[in-house]
Amino acid sequence: MSRDAMIDEWYPVGLLSQLLPEGRETLLMGETIRVSLGADGRAKVATTAGHPLPVTERYGHVWSSLGQPARPLFDIPEAEHPGRRLVDVGVVRVRCSPLRAVENFLDIAHFPFVHTDILGAEPHTEVESYKVEIREEADEVWATQVKFYQPQAAKSASGGITTEYMYRVPAPTCSVLYKTCPPRPGEWDVITLFVQPLTEELCDVWPWMALYDDDTPMTDLIHFQQMIFLQDRSILENQIPRRLPLDPGMEIPTRADLTSVAYRRWLKRHGFTYGAQLVAQ
Amino acid sequence: MTSPSPVLYDYILSPSCYKARLMAALAGVRLALRPVDFHPGVEHRGPELLALNPAGSIPILVAPDADGDLILTESAAILVYLASKAAPAFLGSGKPAESARIQQWLAFSARLTASLGGARLHEMLHRPGDLAGLRASGIAALRELEAALFEQRLKGEAFLVGNRPTVADIACFPYVALAPDGGVSLDAYPSIRLWMRAVRALEGFIEMPGIHRLHELKPDPHEAPATAEA
Repeated sequence: MSRDAMIDEWYPVGLLSQLLPEGRETLLMGETIRVSLGADGRAKVATTAGHPLPVTERYGHVWSSLGQPARPLFDIPEAEHPGRRLVDVGVVRVRCSPLRAVENFLDIAHFPFVHTDILGAEPHTEVESYKVEIREEADEVWATQVKFYQPQAAKSASGGITTEYMYRVPAPTCSVLYKTCPPRPGEWDVITLFVQPLTEELCDVWPWMALYDDDTPMTDLIHFQQMIFLQDRSILENQIPRRLPLDPGMEIPTRADLTSVAYRRWLKRHGFTYGAQLVAQ
Repeated sequence: MTSPSPVLYDYILSPSCYKARLMAALAGVRLALRPVDFHPGVEHRGPELLALNPAGSIPILVAPDADGDLILTESAAILVYLASKAAPAFLGSGKPAESARIQQWLAFSARLTASLGGARLHEMLHRPGDLAGLRASGIAALRELEAALFEQRLKGEAFLVGNRPTVADIACFPYVALAPDGGVSLDAYPSIRLWMRAVRALEGFIEMPGIHRLHELKPDPHEAPATAEA
C-alpha cells in the first residue's frame, strides 16, 4: 500500500551508542539512507544523494524521517525519570511487515505458547478482560488493566507473579509497554519496541528498555529481552498474509485481540497502510 | 567436596553456545553461565575474552580440572568433554566404525555453522556475508543430512549414529533447526524434521529462542487441573 500518510512520521534508524563517522547504510521505506556521526558529535542522516534528513536523538536511538514531521517525537516521560537503567537491546532484522511486528508486541494471548515458562505458562492461558481505547486528544492507542500470570516476568523477578501491563501505540511502528516492576511496586518498567520499516515486508526491530533494576548485570538484561524477541521472530516470519490486513474477513479476532483491533482501526483511520493490506484477498 | 561448575561463556542467541547448554542439560551437568554481550556489545572481541580465546568466538568452556583450568573453545570439544564427564552413552559404543561416524558428523557440523549459521547472522544481526552463497552451501549440507537420515530411517534408526542420540546429533541439531532464521526452509526435508522431533523429545531437552519445545508433551494435557473452579 501507499507510504504517503506515514512518510512524515519519525522512525528509528540506529543506536546512538554505535554511530560511526564513516556511517552505515540502511533502508527507510525502500529508500537507501546513510546514518553517521557528524564532526560536531551529533547524528547525521542523509539520502544517498546527500540530501539531509531530519534527525532526533532520543531514547538511545537516532530517529529520522523521509518527510517533514509535523510534531516532535512522542514523549515517554517515565523513561526520563532518574534512577532507571537504560538498555540498548540492539537490532534484529525480521522478514515481516513492520506493522505485524508491532501487532505481535501488543498480543498477550501468545505468551504461554511462545514464551513458555517466562512470560506465560500452560495452563494459565486465559486473557482476562481489559480496557482498550483510542485516546483522541493524544491520538494514541492505549490498552490498560491488562493482567497476566507470568512465571518470570522480568530478569529481576523471582518466581511467578501476576503482572499488570499497559500498552501504548504513539506512532504507527512504535509501541511502549508499561509493566509491573518487580523490585519497585508502584512504578512501571518501560519496555519499547521501535520498528524501522525497511520495506513493507522487512523491518529492523530496535527494542529498548528503561528499568528500575540496580542488580542485574546489563548483559543479562539485554539477553533477556533478546531471548524474548527471538522467540517471536520465527512466528512473525511465518504469518500469512505477510501484510497486516486492516479490513475484517481475512483474520478473525477474538476478545483477547481487542488491542490489535484498535491498532488496526487506528492505522486505517490515519491511512497508515505501509505494510498493510486493505481488501481481504 | 563437589568441584565448582564449569563456566560457559554464553550468548542466549548463539546456536553453538546452545549446543553446550543442551548437552549439559541432557547429561545433567550444571553449568555456571557467564553471559557475553555478543550483540550489540561485541564483547567476544574484547581483551578479556580474546585472552581466553584468541579466535574471538564463543562458546568458551572453562572447566576446573586436575591439572588446572581446562579451556575449550571448540563446541565439538565441549560436547565431547561434557559427555565424557557425565553421559558417556552420547559418545557411542566405542566400536571403531561408530566412533568414526560420530567424528565425521562433528566435522560436518562445522559446515552447518559456516553456511546456515552465516546466513542466519546476516539475516538477523546484520553481519556481512554472501547470502546467496551461504544459503547454497547450507542447502547442499541439508541435502546430505536428509539423505543420511533417510538411510537411518530405513534401518529403523532415529538418530545420526544408531538408535540413540550421540554428540553427533547435538552438534548438528541447532544450526539445522534454526535454518529458517537465515531464510532456508526445512519444508523439503521430512527425515530432518522427524529427526528434529526425536531430538526435541529427549528427556531433559531444553529450548532456545527459535527452537520451541514440544508443547504437546509438556505439560501433559491430560493432567488433572490443580484446582477445580465452580
